[in-house]
Formats: sequence, C-alpha cells, structure tokens
Amino acid sequence: MKNLNKESKIDLLLFLLPPLVVLSIFVIYPIIGTVVLSFISKGTFSLSNYYEVLTESIPLKALILTRLEPTPPWGALIHNAVWILISVPAVVLLGMILAYVLRYVFGSSFVLGTVFLGMVLPGVVSGLVIRFMFDDSIGIFPRIFAVLGVPMLSKTWTIYPQTALLALILGSIWLWLGFSVTLYSAGLDSIPSSMIESALVDGASQWQIFAKIIVPQLRPVTTVVILMTVMWVLKIFDIVYVVTGGGPGGSSTVLAMIMYMYFASSLEYHKAAAVAVILALLTLIPAYWYIRIVLKGERE
Amino acid sequence: MSKARISLKGVLLNLIVWVFTILWLLPFIALLIMSVKPYTEVILHGWWSLGGNYSLKNYLEVLMNPSYNFLQGIENSLIISITSTVIPIFFAAMVAYSLTYLSFRYKTLLFTMILFFMSVPQQMVVIPLFNLYVKLGLNNTLTGLILLHSAWGIPWIAFFLRNYLKLIPLSFVEAARVDGASEMSIFLRILLPISIPALIAASAIQFTWVWGDFFYAMIFLPSPDLYVVTQRLALLKGEYHIDWGLLSAGAILAMIPPLAIYLAFKKYYVRGFVGWGLKG
Repeated sequence: MKNLNKESKIDLLLFLLPPLVVLSIFVIYPIIGTVVLSFISKGTFSLSNYYEVLTESIPLKALILTRLEPTPPWGALIHNAVWILISVPAVVLLGMILAYVLRYVFGSSFVLGTVFLGMVLPGVVSGLVIRFMFDDSIGIFPRIFAVLGVPMLSKTWTIYPQTALLALILGSIWLWLGFSVTLYSAGLDSIPSSMIESALVDGASQWQIFAKIIVPQLRPVTTVVILMTVMWVLKIFDIVYVVTGGGPGGSSTVLAMIMYMYFASSLEYHKAAAVAVILALLTLIPAYWYIRIVLKGERE
Repeated sequence: MSKARISLKGVLLNLIVWVFTILWLLPFIALLIMSVKPYTEVILHGWWSLGGNYSLKNYLEVLMNPSYNFLQGIENSLIISITSTVIPIFFAAMVAYSLTYLSFRYKTLLFTMILFFMSVPQQMVVIPLFNLYVKLGLNNTLTGLILLHSAWGIPWIAFFLRNYLKLIPLSFVEAARVDGASEMSIFLRILLPISIPALIAASAIQFTWVWGDFFYAMIFLPSPDLYVVTQRLALLKGEYHIDWGLLSAGAILAMIPPLAIYLAFKKYYVRGFVGWGLKG
C-alpha cells in the first residue's frame, strides 16, 4: 500500500473528480430528489402520496386492485409479480436445457446467435414484433389456435383483457431467453470435462449427469439469471407501452408504466415519485443479493 | 463436444433444436417479408405466401414521407448514441483505473455505490432531472439527453472495465511506476491500449442500449423534430389502424444499426454480456 502522499491525492482528484461530478448531478442528486418529492404532499411532509397510489382503484393507475377476479386487471404490482412468477422459471429451465442440448447440436453458434437477437433489438421493435405475433389476421399464435379450434385464443391477444398480459409475458420470455442461454453456455464451458467423463466411466446416464452434475454446478449461474431476470421484469416498460399501453382497461399495466402515467398524463409528479420509489425499493431486493454476491467474489 | 456418432436420438435432437430456432427466427423473417410487400397482399394471402409483388415502396414511404420524418429520427438517434457511447467510456475507464490501481479510503464504498447505481430504475431519476432541465434550458435538447445517457452509462461500464483490468497482471503498472511514469500517462499510454477488446465490447453494448432507449427520450425530447428513431417508430403504429407494411419497414430500419454492431462484434458483444452478468 502506498501512503496517501500529496502526489497520489492529486492523481485521485484527476481520476475521480470528473466522473463523480457527472454522477452526482445526473444520478445521485435526482435519486435523492425523487425520494424527497415522494414524501411531499401539498407542501408538507407526509406519507399520503404512498397511501394514495397504493389505494388507487382506477384500473389504469392501480397498483393493487382488491376485488378478486380470475382475469386481469389486478393492478400493476400484481401484474409484475405474475410476470416474474411465469417468466423466471421459464427463462431458467429453457435456458439451462437449451444451453446443455446445444453442445450436441450441429450449428450451435448460429442457434445461440439467433436466440440472442432479442437482447440486441430496441424495445420498441421487440414490442412491435410481439404485437404482430399475436395479431389475429397475420400473427402466428392466433393462427395456430384457430387451427386447433380454440376461438378464445385465435383473436388478437393484445386487445383482450384476458390475454393481453399473457401475450406480453410470453413475448418477454422470447426476448430474454438469449441472456439466460448465453450465461448458461458460458457456465457449462467452465465445468471441467473430466468430471463428466469420469461419471460416464462410472456408467451414469445422460439424464443422471444433467441432474446430478450439471444442474448443481450451474447453481451460481442460476442465481445470477434469476436475479437479473427479476430486475429486468420489474423495470419492464418499452414493450408494454408499445404493445398495449397498459390496456385494455388497465389489464396489462406494470409499475414503470404507472409511474409514466402519473408523470406524463396526469402531471402528478409527487405520486409519480412515490411509484418510482416503490419500484426502486423492489428492485433493490434482487440488487442487494447481486451486490452481495459480487462483493463476496471480491474477497476471495 | 460429442463424438461424431450418428444415432436416432442425435438426429431427433438436432431436428427439435432446429425447428425451435426457426420458430424463434420466424417473426423476423415475417417482418422482412412484410416490409417488401404491399400490405393489402399480406392481408389477403398472408406473409407466408411467397408469390405476389415485391417492392421497396414501404421503405421509401417511411423514409421520404415528411409526416413520418424517419430520416431525421435516425439522424438524431445516431448523434445521441455515438456521443453517449464515447463520453461515458472515457469517464468509466478512469473510475475503473482508480478502483483497480489506486489506493484510497472508501474504495469499497465507491465500488458498492457503482453496483447500486447499476440497478436503479430509470424512473427513479427523471422527475428531478426534468425540473432541473427546464430551469437550465436543457429540456428538449439533444445535449440534455446525451448528458443523461452518458452519466447513466458510467456505472455499468466502470464495473465491466474493472473486471477486465483485474485480469491484467499488476506488474504491468508497477513496472511503469518504477520507470517514473505518472498515473495519467500509465492510464492513457498503457492501459487504454491493452483494454481495447473490453472497450469495444462496452461500446457495442452501450451503443445498442442508448439506440434502443425509449423512456428517457419520451421524457426529455417532447418536440417531434427532435424525436429519436424509437419514438418515430412508436408513432408509426397508429392508434387503431395498423399498416404492417410501413411498420415492419420502419422496424427493420430501426434495428439495422444495433444489428450491424452485434454482427460485427459478436464475440465481444456476447463476452461483454457474460462479463456483465457473471464475473464479479
């Protein structure tokens, strides 16, 4: 360790001052500002913004709707939760299986490159593709269900409250799978092949190897995939805005969308700030986990 | 990789994965076909019927019709994405250098803050910044958006570059220090050049993200002549009637730059994502 002599202090200033100034103005100050705004209502300090956004009952703005219905709208918080519950297992399972299977498939780098495309596209483009896939006259999904004789699902999914959210969730899996497959492929590369070979020598079947060696070895990757997927789904905005705008009748709203509605449509900045803080706090849960993993890796 | 042994199971596996891949790719193929066909034909026969007329009319319409103003959108997006890639890369490299080679108090704190900033949702910063921008006259300017994107890119790029620098032997820097080189010249003359692969990866990903941004643009660029390409594309959709011919041509134009960058730097790009997610 060098002492903090004068010269190294100047170096530090030279290296850290410019980026820290930029970060302070554009990231730190507005974060604090948003928190402060969220607690101010009619000029006084209070929790009423939070109370009001959480109890809002208009479906297009609601975070939680208390009336229980079998189909959406349920409120943005519930929509985000359902989204996570469906997409996380799908992304983990499909990603792991596909990454494993790809080792035995001809042209695997092309397959990987294709699945990864969803990560490269602008969200608005992805949204349009999702809208298109579920369109009744030209889309693929409604066509398939028309052939199968399911009238419920042979309509344009995104304009009916029963199917809009589901269409978005399926679309998001299509988009995000590339992330998980790529991570799992990298994870598989780091499993020593001697482990698998010796298991083969012991007479283990492919299935046993997958369940007893591959899955446990990939556990750190799985954790990261889950955390990143949860964060991504919590922040999801573009595709919802483009495909359904949160509709019909608020049946596909998400937290980020509600924040935008308060901000841009009704100009209620304080309530928008409260929704933003709720969203940030929820994101902080997986983020905290992730930060802990990274810092633990540092110490080793 | 498996041995070259042809078995029924292997063939079946290949078949399943390839069908899956083609299904995955199908929406893009459809988009491409629809963009070069008149929409009336697509409605009548479906995009999957390959006969009929092909033309670039949809593209010309999107690009030339002044009410769509797509070219302006592409130009604005290019200006914003390029500058918002170059600026944060440089700042982030300085942060990464300090985190790796300089010793100071609160280093762990700074590192933790960087990780924290990486996870903050965009929604968390726009309201105070909007008020600030209105006061400073930065609202509705490309500069305002560029500054925000640049700042927003610093944390993740710094994290990413620091992970790369950790792989470079410390002796590199120490030898230069013994020779009496200043930290700034070590940074500029030694580390930036050997970090070029990482700089390319980070630039490619940052460019794609900024290019694809929609939320910040909607908040800070409300006036149509400053719209970026994603805003233009969303506008193209129309409220009730959707002309998929126009829309798919617009979508393809909007995805060309990120796609080109991805294809050109595929290896860096994917490694970048892995590094971002996995290496701590």
